[in-house]
Amino acid sequence: MVREVVVELKGVMKSFGSQEVLRGLDLQVVKRETLVILGRSGSGKSVTIRHIVGLEEPDEGTVLVLGKDLSHIRKEEHKEIRLKMGYLFQSGALLNWLSIEENVELPLLEHRRNMSSSERRNLVREKLRLVEMEPAGKKYPAEISGGMKKRAALARAIVLDPQIILYDEPTSGLDPVIANTINELILHTAETLGTTQVVVTHDMESAYKIADRIAMLYKGKIIAEGTPDEIKRSGDPIVRQFITGSTKGPITSDD
Amino acid sequence: MLDWISKLGSFIAGSTEGAGYGLGLLVHTFLQAGALFRRHHLEATLRQMFICGVQSIPVTLVVSVFTGAILALNGGLSLEQIGQEGLIGRIVAVSMTREMGPFMTALILAASVGSGMAAEVGTMKVSEEIDALEVMAIEPAKFLVLPRLLAMAFMTPMLTIYTSFVGILGGAITSSFQYGISLARFKTDAVLHLTAKDMYTGVLKAFIFGIVIATVSCSQGLRASGGAIGVGQATRKSVVISYLLIIILGYYVTFLFYRIRW
Repeated sequence: MVREVVVELKGVMKSFGSQEVLRGLDLQVVKRETLVILGRSGSGKSVTIRHIVGLEEPDEGTVLVLGKDLSHIRKEEHKEIRLKMGYLFQSGALLNWLSIEENVELPLLEHRRNMSSSERRNLVREKLRLVEMEPAGKKYPAEISGGMKKRAALARAIVLDPQIILYDEPTSGLDPVIANTINELILHTAETLGTTQVVVTHDMESAYKIADRIAMLYKGKIIAEGTPDEIKRSGDPIVRQFITGSTKGPITSDD
Repeated sequence: MLDWISKLGSFIAGSTEGAGYGLGLLVHTFLQAGALFRRHHLEATLRQMFICGVQSIPVTLVVSVFTGAILALNGGLSLEQIGQEGLIGRIVAVSMTREMGPFMTALILAASVGSGMAAEVGTMKVSEEIDALEVMAIEPAKFLVLPRLLAMAFMTPMLTIYTSFVGILGGAITSSFQYGISLARFKTDAVLHLTAKDMYTGVLKAFIFGIVIATVSCSQGLRASGGAIGVGQATRKSVVISYLLIIILGYYVTFLFYRIRW
């Protein structure tokens, strides 16, 4: 079977002021796989997926999404690509003055103009049902828990049936039970919608559970890639230290 | 010395960049005006009109009544010395309509509604909600700025007409109690000397001030960074910049209409 690359980052460099975050990052994401990018807090994982969705532009290097170089496309083309992507923000980033249902409905109102209001409502309910949030549809973001916010945000991210979904720390700040629910939702979404998924996390348990492939980001570059089993068996001292959480090894608190 | 020059240089560069961003945002937002034909954008604009206009009525009422009263009281003190208290009506009416009405309304809106806009948009920026809109291919200019801009551009003149009227009324009551000028005489003097030019100049000023407040507040909010501190700075800056622009532009509009011979 031919591996179709849907996202490719080539030699991406990115600095904020004097701080170099990405230092020649190369990464490929294959269609329908779930790639987990592992790395320490502040290692540039979120910056990496922000490049994929076009929220950041590389100082050097190229970002190709669905075969298009994001630095060399027109605004309309970029919009088309964005509509094929969903993004789950770490905080959920729901709009506070809209109810959960209205938040999920928003992309439809903007981009599915021919849809009738009853079709829209049905689709919103269907997506909320998928993330088990249908009963909370009338509530506002301030009235629900962190885990519920992430589920509602996931419903919003998948409402336009994207081909690629990017998850920014989907399980951070959640208790183990809720975190596991999110993991299962990610697996379920991949299975039912057939999406390509890129997940950034430092939660090893979550990574092993959801990943088809894991890439380890360290000092602005991918230093190891492989299946969860390959990563578990890795002899690389940095990978070993990270997955075991040891304080002894090449990774120091100054890194 | 070098440090001082460097700070001045960064201040000028920062201000120029901010002004450029604000103007760019204004033009970009006006280009999105077609969105108003869609129901949810129209509803958002009406909601903003309610916040800018209806919710500002109580505070503008108090401020304008007392502004008119102060104008009458002070004007009367000088005019009384030369036995011309009868002229209070025209002074209050012209000052309120041409200058104080739009000016006071704009200051109140900048401090209350404008700062609220900057804080709201700034909080959305630092909590990734603006990024979420961009990721969903929804233009923040269309979704957030356009309703606020139109609401302020429309409601500031509306409120100005109301504050000018209420201010003149405040001045009339004060003149009656303090200087014994009857309401009828005050009205006759005011109506006789108030010109259409005074009225449309005041309304035009208010329209410009409304656009300035919304543009400054939204652009400061959209440029906020660094969490709560960043939102606080954006809010403070939005009020300070709006005040400065209101005063400076107010002067130039008066100059343009009353000192330049067309």
